[in-house]
Amino acid sequence: MTLDAVAPPLQIESLSIEYRSPSGAVLAVQDVSMLVREGESVALVGESGSGKSTIARAALGLLPPRTARVTGGRLLIEGRDVTACRPKQWEQLRGHPLAMVFQDPLSFLNPVMRVGRQIAESVERHDRGTRDVTARVVELLDLVRLPANTIRAYPHELSGGMRQRALLAVALGCRPKLLIADEPTTALDVTTQAEILALLRDLRRTLGMAMLLISHDLGVVWEECERVYVMLRSRIVESGVTREVFAAPAHAYTAGLIKAAKAARNAEGRFETIEGEYATSGEATP
Amino acid sequence: MSAKDAPVSEPLLALQGIVKTFRRGRHQLTHALKDVSLDVHAGEIVALVGESGSGKSTLGRVALGLLQPDGGRVRFDGHDFAALTPGQFRQLRTGMQPIFQDPTASLNPRRTVRESLLQALWKTPGDEAARCARLLEDVGLRPASQFLSRYPHELSGGQRQRVLIARCLAMEPKLIIADEPLSGADVSIRGQILNLLLDIQRRRSVSYLMITHDISIARAFADRVAVMMQGELVEIGPSQQVLRTPNHPYTQRLLAAVPALG
Repeated sequence: MTLDAVAPPLQIESLSIEYRSPSGAVLAVQDVSMLVREGESVALVGESGSGKSTIARAALGLLPPRTARVTGGRLLIEGRDVTACRPKQWEQLRGHPLAMVFQDPLSFLNPVMRVGRQIAESVERHDRGTRDVTARVVELLDLVRLPANTIRAYPHELSGGMRQRALLAVALGCRPKLLIADEPTTALDVTTQAEILALLRDLRRTLGMAMLLISHDLGVVWEECERVYVMLRSRIVESGVTREVFAAPAHAYTAGLIKAAKAARNAEGRFETIEGEYATSGEATP
Repeated sequence: MSAKDAPVSEPLLALQGIVKTFRRGRHQLTHALKDVSLDVHAGEIVALVGESGSGKSTLGRVALGLLQPDGGRVRFDGHDFAALTPGQFRQLRTGMQPIFQDPTASLNPRRTVRESLLQALWKTPGDEAARCARLLEDVGLRPASQFLSRYPHELSGGQRQRVLIARCLAMEPKLIIADEPLSGADVSIRGQILNLLLDIQRRRSVSYLMITHDISIARAFADRVAVMMQGELVEIGPSQQVLRTPNHPYTQRLLAAVPALG
């Protein structure tokens, strides 16, 4: 890859975000810097409450406007500073170059609109040059390996895996450069998960799309992502090439996470836990 | 590590030829369980694995007597469910307690931890306050006094799951049927809860039937594992064997799909 030949799809520079609540401000993200290069697959891992989804939302311009506030840092999309973008401008960005998929496709698909129409809307909105929208919809369905007759189906008629594919087709309708996927396979069975992950891999290769995968599943991250950022209590504690980080984690928390994720028992027949300083707050350890 | 009884002894839980069919709409039938047999012996940990729709939760509900099977027999602790009066059934059923996936849904949001536990303790005499405290300490909520007057929303997810386990232990069960007890939990909590379940098994010699979709947990936690697919039990055996060198093509496919860490 040539140095700075193209601006990276996503660059985050010492970003801090706080949520306001009746009991005071909560720092959800503190001084986080991240980079997703063109075509790259990057993971953001951490436990619930670590702030990883807040980062995903910020990168999509989807922070709740009344309660969340960026208190510092910058967010660059394809080199452009979008930290102060207005909702209308974000709407433009979410489509091209950004796209998203979430854990629960059903809440992002319109239940009373046929799948084909929803994909067509995405095409019409963000890919205005398209002359034959229907042909493009069929092409997108084919791309996510859904049969052409899905065009007439309603979301409730599809299985969980098919819904995630349909949502992906909507996302791809805008020819994104970066797909932000927040726990895209968490609700799926392992065999369906494997299919969706294989599909994402293919799509990234054929479309040259970068992916930021938010996940708590280290197995998935190990198999799918070239680089990884580890988040703990609103900060990035470690980052690097996935294989290297997992083989020799520098931070004790990362090491604990990896051991715990393997769900293997140690010599005393106990399961590995994350103890002491990095234990999930409020957990008593017997 | 399972304390197997003499080979002639009867299993603690015996599901024999269970058939369960659900009606979907007017004419469609779903064969949720097609002639499934499964035993759980005293002191044993059995994992029931499979994907959604495989029938594993339905089998758990049949075992708990929450669903009436259309065919087959459920025997627990030497008694056939079908031969019992409702009163006898209720009595027997206290020996078998469930833990479900979502601890928030299983706790009454308007009851404190103490009230939730007292509800399970009322039947048996004794100093209730002391027993509540001991139960909480047994599940690692120490000091108990800090937790007794809290409401579920004042607890973390892991703590709520511990309260549920405490409530389940109040009934002094011989068998705990846990349906995906960890799928909402972070990895760090997962290890703690699994260790707690192992401690309980050692101290109280309970048996577990754990229903899970997580292959790695089943492999590490259970003595034996049963694999379900579309209402049928396709493979059963020692967990290390079934989940390392599976015989059935479906188990092989399932294992291949699990992303392995390193």
